[in-house]
Amino acid sequence: MGIKINDKSFKKNLEKNLNDDFMRAAMVKAQDLINKNRANVLSQLGDGNYQEWQKLSGEARAHAIENLDFYLNQFAENVVKNGGTVFFAKDAKEASQYVTNLAIEKGVKKVVKAKSMVTEEIGLNHDLIDAGVDVKETDLAEYILQLDDWNPPSHMVVPSLHLNKTQIRDVFAKNGYSGKDIPEDLAAFARAQLRNEFLTADMGIYGCNFAIAESGAITLISNEGNIDLCTSAPELQVAVMGMERILATYEDADICISLLARNAVGAKSTSYTTFVNGITEEGAADGAKEFHVVIVDNGRSKVLKSQFKEVLQCMRCAACLNICPIYRQVGGHSYNSIYSGPLGVVLTPLLAGYEDFEELPYMCSLCGACTEVCPSNIKLHSLIHEHKRVLAEDKKNSAFWGVSMTGAGKVFSRPWMYKLGTGIAPLMTKPLMEDGKIKKGISILKGWTDKRDMPALEKTRFRDWYASRSKGGNK
Amino acid sequence: MKVTLFTTCIVDFMAMNVGKATVELLESLGHEIDYPTNQTCCGQPMYNTGYVEKTKSTIKHFIETFEHAEVIVSPSGSCVSFVKEYPHVLADDKDWKERAEKVAAKTYELSQFLIDVININDFSAKLPGKAVYHSNCHTARFLKVKEQPLQLLSKVEGLELVDFHNSDKCCGFGGTFSVKMGDISAEVADEKARYIQEANPDYLIGADFACLMNIGGRLSRIGSNIKVMHIAEVLNSK
Repeated sequence: MGIKINDKSFKKNLEKNLNDDFMRAAMVKAQDLINKNRANVLSQLGDGNYQEWQKLSGEARAHAIENLDFYLNQFAENVVKNGGTVFFAKDAKEASQYVTNLAIEKGVKKVVKAKSMVTEEIGLNHDLIDAGVDVKETDLAEYILQLDDWNPPSHMVVPSLHLNKTQIRDVFAKNGYSGKDIPEDLAAFARAQLRNEFLTADMGIYGCNFAIAESGAITLISNEGNIDLCTSAPELQVAVMGMERILATYEDADICISLLARNAVGAKSTSYTTFVNGITEEGAADGAKEFHVVIVDNGRSKVLKSQFKEVLQCMRCAACLNICPIYRQVGGHSYNSIYSGPLGVVLTPLLAGYEDFEELPYMCSLCGACTEVCPSNIKLHSLIHEHKRVLAEDKKNSAFWGVSMTGAGKVFSRPWMYKLGTGIAPLMTKPLMEDGKIKKGISILKGWTDKRDMPALEKTRFRDWYASRSKGGNK
Repeated sequence: MKVTLFTTCIVDFMAMNVGKATVELLESLGHEIDYPTNQTCCGQPMYNTGYVEKTKSTIKHFIETFEHAEVIVSPSGSCVSFVKEYPHVLADDKDWKERAEKVAAKTYELSQFLIDVININDFSAKLPGKAVYHSNCHTARFLKVKEQPLQLLSKVEGLELVDFHNSDKCCGFGGTFSVKMGDISAEVADEKARYIQEANPDYLIGADFACLMNIGGRLSRIGSNIKVMHIAEVLNSK
């Protein structure tokens, strides 16, 4: 699929999602629930001083990114020591082709996949299917989305957040399910189907939450047990990771994992924390006999050299999505990127270019909630603002706003113009008035007045009142 | 103390009563008001839309207009939080950066000034009824002014302050966001208005007129009779 989800315009996507009442109610419910649980489990850290932990995890991530070349080398050397093979892919195509060619070369018929954002990013499923490989997503949500004609994920941690149990029942019904829309029954159906896939797969593909430089281990944290089956059942295994997934030590991982689980799902830990350390020892009943790690650049080294470097610290916990007041209203698909919410706003244009995504940086009220919750200490709202600056100043993307803001800058730096402008404004807005309020705006003001009233501009400005008062008048 | 007042542009031409209440409140506490008539806007609308260079002349004008002050007080946490950003915006120019630092250091949001600087405890405000307080994002997150407004409101005679669902969340205003992404902004405001209605208050109180204009605009459109008041007006109620 790649980063972009569909070819519709930003406006079309937004309109569709704002009219999707079910999806919007699900977003509100999910945000409120995750945030309640999140606050609860965070308050248990460090006697309630979880900011201390947040600082430590941010430092661990920043340290790894600052010294990325060193730790990537160390990590790769250790993977080889553990009997694995490392491939550095410069872009999506190289990464996807490496895995696809490996599958073809080894005669792979079936792949079981664990949920991974980076494999979505490089469009791996598509290439494998084109090569005639049977691909099975094994994360329950991803499994649902695959059965639903590859419906794109709308959340980094909860990919099928936009579907309800009845919709999921309908998807399963097309695939042999005849029960009701009871979550436990639906899960049992999926489990039965998937168990067979694990046992008959020739290749396991998974992502990577953290790559530990000091040992060469791939860390995976999950809840369903499907990842552990991907890392144990097939003899041929491939881990695909963005090149920024590095942590220096297990000690750093300890802190980051604690915050990742708490932020992502509002739990103290996930059900499974798995470390994959290369190939298994001889005679072992399960585990990889052949192990490959694909380290994906795909634009990340360019980000590393840019003013947006900090975003590489992200650990994909989705705390920013879960707190964002805009994501809450519009849902993941409105971003038209597999990376949605505040992180998506920052990351998507960096990896996929501004051209298709130049509306994204404006999907932000700069409230700063994302920055406040980020366990990787990324100043997300400042980076979103920097995107706006690039669009406005370097790319000069909007003649309308360019002219408006030039005008505003002139008026606000010349008091006589300001006084004149604010003096005549009430007269100019008079035609828009109804019952003492502005109710029907024109041009950009319509965006406000379609659903909100605006107070009338004051005939007596504060400055007029103050002036008359100092003269001994109107007290 | 001589208090130099930065009313903000929006209060100047859209909410004269907020400025008036601020003046009367500060005077009733024995302070002398200095109102530089050349003041305009803090520059935040241009800056937040991405036009950083075009903001600089406005910022410099602000600094020139206010640097004489002993202390600068404003009834808007959002505008004050932007004044605190000035040194960062002018970081490339050593002289201007230093001037910006001095101005930023002596600029306070109203409730912050009342509690942290002059530490008033006793004032005779009276407003009977039930109220909710909307916490402005920039005031709370960027200025870290969270408790001061609540502390002040708790001392208003007759006023019962109640919480409402997600009271710490953004109202959807966001400056030019409110018109550039008007559809989304209005949906955020609508949800905020609904949660406020659920608490069934007589008053919606805030420390930033822009948010109040946004939430109040939605409340007005859906026919609510909840009265919208700036904290300066509440503290000035007798």
